[in-house]
Amino acid sequence: MSYVPDNLKYVESHEWIEVLDNGNVRIGITEHAQSALGDIVFVELPEEDSYATGDECGVVESVKTASDIFTPLTGTVVAVNDALEDAPELINENPYDDGWIFEMEVDNEDELKDLMTAEEYRNSIVDEE
Amino acid sequence: MKKTHLHQAHIDAGAKMVDFGGWDMPINYGSQIEEHHAVRKDKGMFDVSHMTIVDLIGPESEKLLLKILANDVRKLSDGKALYSTMLNEKGGIIDDLITYKRGDNNYRIVVNAGTREKDLAWFEKQIQDFDATLTERPKVAMIAVQGPNAIAACLAVLPTKIATKLADLKKFCTLDEEDYFIGRTGYTGEDGVEILVPQEYVIDLWNKLLQADVKPCGLGARDTLRLEAGMHLYGQDMNEEITPLECGLEWTVRKEDFDFIGADALTALRAKGITKIMIGVVLTERGILRHDQELFDENGLEGIITSGSFSPSAQVAIGMAIVDKNMGENVKVKIRKKELAVKCIKLPFVRNGKVLIDTP
Repeated sequence: MSYVPDNLKYVESHEWIEVLDNGNVRIGITEHAQSALGDIVFVELPEEDSYATGDECGVVESVKTASDIFTPLTGTVVAVNDALEDAPELINENPYDDGWIFEMEVDNEDELKDLMTAEEYRNSIVDEE
Repeated sequence: MKKTHLHQAHIDAGAKMVDFGGWDMPINYGSQIEEHHAVRKDKGMFDVSHMTIVDLIGPESEKLLLKILANDVRKLSDGKALYSTMLNEKGGIIDDLITYKRGDNNYRIVVNAGTREKDLAWFEKQIQDFDATLTERPKVAMIAVQGPNAIAACLAVLPTKIATKLADLKKFCTLDEEDYFIGRTGYTGEDGVEILVPQEYVIDLWNKLLQADVKPCGLGARDTLRLEAGMHLYGQDMNEEITPLECGLEWTVRKEDFDFIGADALTALRAKGITKIMIGVVLTERGILRHDQELFDENGLEGIITSGSFSPSAQVAIGMAIVDKNMGENVKVKIRKKELAVKCIKLPFVRNGKVLIDTP
């Protein structure tokens, strides 16, 4: 079973969401998602722009395939992880830490309540593993 | 789902399994990039037992192959291998395959797993008028051992009698001894062999190769290796809608006795003029090339990427592409909303461990 940290929130499209101290959120893809993709060789990072929940905002590409990154919440992208441009494999090596992808300022904090808990996410991927 | 005899061995080696045309096959054993490098620099092995092996014998076997293959099996002496396409009446490619000559009117043919049913149906249809017999060999397993140190590893693990013969085996030749059928052939652009044995031998052979430090490699690495080597994949780089003259396989089409199935269509196409060619492309900006991405030049001439991926050896995105033969120098690829520059090159990208392209 892939590692799913208890302190994060999740969406079905396999992004994780960490609520930061300043109220912004940090977003990446889960251990399960990186493992399914295989060796990641290219990341197209989101633009620092406004997005609605479920928008395609970037792409993670492994040797095998390309996978869209979706914004799990409505808001504005305020930071991206530039280190991924030269070292996309950080997502394979450390998906919840060095492999983070972008940060957003959230428009409506109530949306956070709709996200999955770690347990809910674990249950949602159990059949795929 | 269908399983090869090595299925459990793959699971034991930590394979990630995927559905590959109805077969449960290893895509990788952790990292397909590491597996790729193992084959380019040292040695790796692939279970390719899912491929379809058929034996063709009988007095008119050669005559049948001259009718259904675009290449010329008369070029083969005993123990030699020939790559060919098999065409329909319109010159479209039904499949690409390897034919090994074992003796007079005695051939072994290996075709793609994904085209098994239609290939066998085509053989059955064409064989009607010939005195020849076709027998499928589902109980023969096949391991490809590839890389600069692949043959040395095989010499160490095969029975002495077989190893002695393997030591003298030349490229594109086969060794046909007792239960071992070994071709010095492959699909990676590296030296190596493809070993066909009865399936009851194969687990032991796999384990001995593992002990000799031959790295298990999945279908993921097999795809990037063959792409770097400029080798075609059926269903992507060719299909029934395209002729071998338009996708870089003219070298496999015979020159004399132009009377195989599809030959008239090729003659008509030549008279009309061939407008498409196969080339290699290298992305000079950040991104990855993929199957079906569109190419265009400054004059509006077009092309399409037939196979694309990241090249672990060259560390850039590469692709095989079918393009207008007059395509200019200034070519771009459409990737999502962007138009990025590519450089056109002559295939292959890599051969025998050496990167042959200038990387940006």
